[in-house]
Amino acid sequence: MFIDWFTVGAQVLNFLVLVWLLQHFLYKPILNAIDAREKLIAGKLDGADARMTEANQERDDFRHKNEELDQRRAALISDMEAETTAERRRLLDEARKQADALAAKRQASTKDEAQKLNLAIGKRVQQHVFAVARRALKDLSTSTLEQGVVDIFLRQVRELDETGKQQLVEALTTASEPATLRSAFALSDGQRAALQQALNETLSSDIRITFAELPDLISGIEFTTNGQKVSWSIADYLTSLEDSVDELVKKPATQPRPEVPVEPPPRDEPGKTNRQAEPPVVDPSDGAVAEKSPSKLNLAAKPREVNPADEAHAHES
Amino acid sequence: MRLSPDELVFWQYAFIKLNATIVYTWGLMLVLVIGSIVITRRITFDLERSRWQNLLEMIVISINTQIEQVGLRHPERYIGFLGTLFLLLAMASICTVIPGYEPPTGSLSTTVSLALCVFIAVPYFGILDQGLARYLKSYVKPTFIMLPFNIISEISRTLALAVRLFGNMMSGAMIIAILLTITPFLFPIVMTALGLLTGMVQAYIFSILAAVYIAAALGKRQAKSEKKSVSSPAV
Repeated sequence: MFIDWFTVGAQVLNFLVLVWLLQHFLYKPILNAIDAREKLIAGKLDGADARMTEANQERDDFRHKNEELDQRRAALISDMEAETTAERRRLLDEARKQADALAAKRQASTKDEAQKLNLAIGKRVQQHVFAVARRALKDLSTSTLEQGVVDIFLRQVRELDETGKQQLVEALTTASEPATLRSAFALSDGQRAALQQALNETLSSDIRITFAELPDLISGIEFTTNGQKVSWSIADYLTSLEDSVDELVKKPATQPRPEVPVEPPPRDEPGKTNRQAEPPVVDPSDGAVAEKSPSKLNLAAKPREVNPADEAHAHES
Repeated sequence: MRLSPDELVFWQYAFIKLNATIVYTWGLMLVLVIGSIVITRRITFDLERSRWQNLLEMIVISINTQIEQVGLRHPERYIGFLGTLFLLLAMASICTVIPGYEPPTGSLSTTVSLALCVFIAVPYFGILDQGLARYLKSYVKPTFIMLPFNIISEISRTLALAVRLFGNMMSGAMIIAILLTITPFLFPIVMTALGLLTGMVQAYIFSILAAVYIAAALGKRQAKSEKKSVSSPAV
């Protein structure tokens, strides 16, 4: 049990050297490594935290954006639905309108066609009816009928009212050419003389008359001078009737079509004139002419009635 | 029979001699230093590291934690001294398993030298921390009358350190030596195992006491936390 002071000193020295060596080779590197690793881990943790924060932020942003997108999508969808509904309604309305217009057009065209067809049928019927009537009357014209026609004309001349007489007289006096008497058939001499006499008596003057034959008159006689005319013929009736039928057919289809008067108009009284617009009606009993005033009736001076060709024809005869 | 490795002198010139204590100490120093150099040469700062580096880090961190728990705020300042103290003493104890080896700590000269180092280190760190005047003032606290008692306390605890370590280590080696002569086989092995344990415990106690003394010598702020720690190693 002793203390070797040299050994003590040597051991102190040894210990101090060991302290220095270990400090240099062990503690410092190890502690540095630990610090560095801790820093690394801390850095990584910080980075992870930062990333986590960033990720959270991005997640929040994303969620927010998602919500915004959802809202916008919903708004867009509702807008689109509204627009689609409006557009559909508009298109439906348009289509309906077009369909209505088309239907109206078709209806109108159908109506028009029907009207045209009616017109055509009416015209054809009219033409046929009048052609048949004309033909029938022409075929039926016999001497008895012709005499009847002459008688009726004579009575008509005699029964002329004063005004008519006056107008005829004025016309005869101003006329440069002789008056013309046209008939649908050839008049016998006796008939011509009776007619000359009747006219002379009625108009109280000696009238120069040119006789002419005009088959178109259809069992009729007409006396014309300087635009004035006294006539009786079935053709006149037919023409008047034709005009009346034409007028009736040409009326628009929309208007209620007036019915053809079933009842005959009141019979013409002698001495009274009929209005030109009204169709002359043949009296079934005696075939008398409704119009009694040649001046009123024929002052319109229809071209056909004062046909120069007819005049020429009359002169020739 | 040798009581101390000091008695085994390999070479002597006048008062200078190379005894087993010094030589074994050098051996321990070599092992420690070369081991440290070899391991720390390939040190990595990444998360992946070698097993040996891991072992060293565990040891260093454990020492650091122990120093911190004693109440020293900046353990890296004291780890050089306290850590080396512990590693040297632990290595000296562990190496007792090597046949023919005699721990240098079984020599009173070694323990005295280490106790002297602690004796000097305590005022050194105390003065370094709070200055000479304040450190010296701590000897007259709480009253002036306490000055001689404080000085006696300083010396006696240094002596106690030295003798405690020497006694334990020497007795351990001595018991093994005696038992080897009586019961050559089984018993010495058990006693060697026990000696390893006591050696480790002594290394721990020595370095912890040194830490506690240094902590006590430091500022007043640290003193409070030190009181709790001092009570535990009451050996």
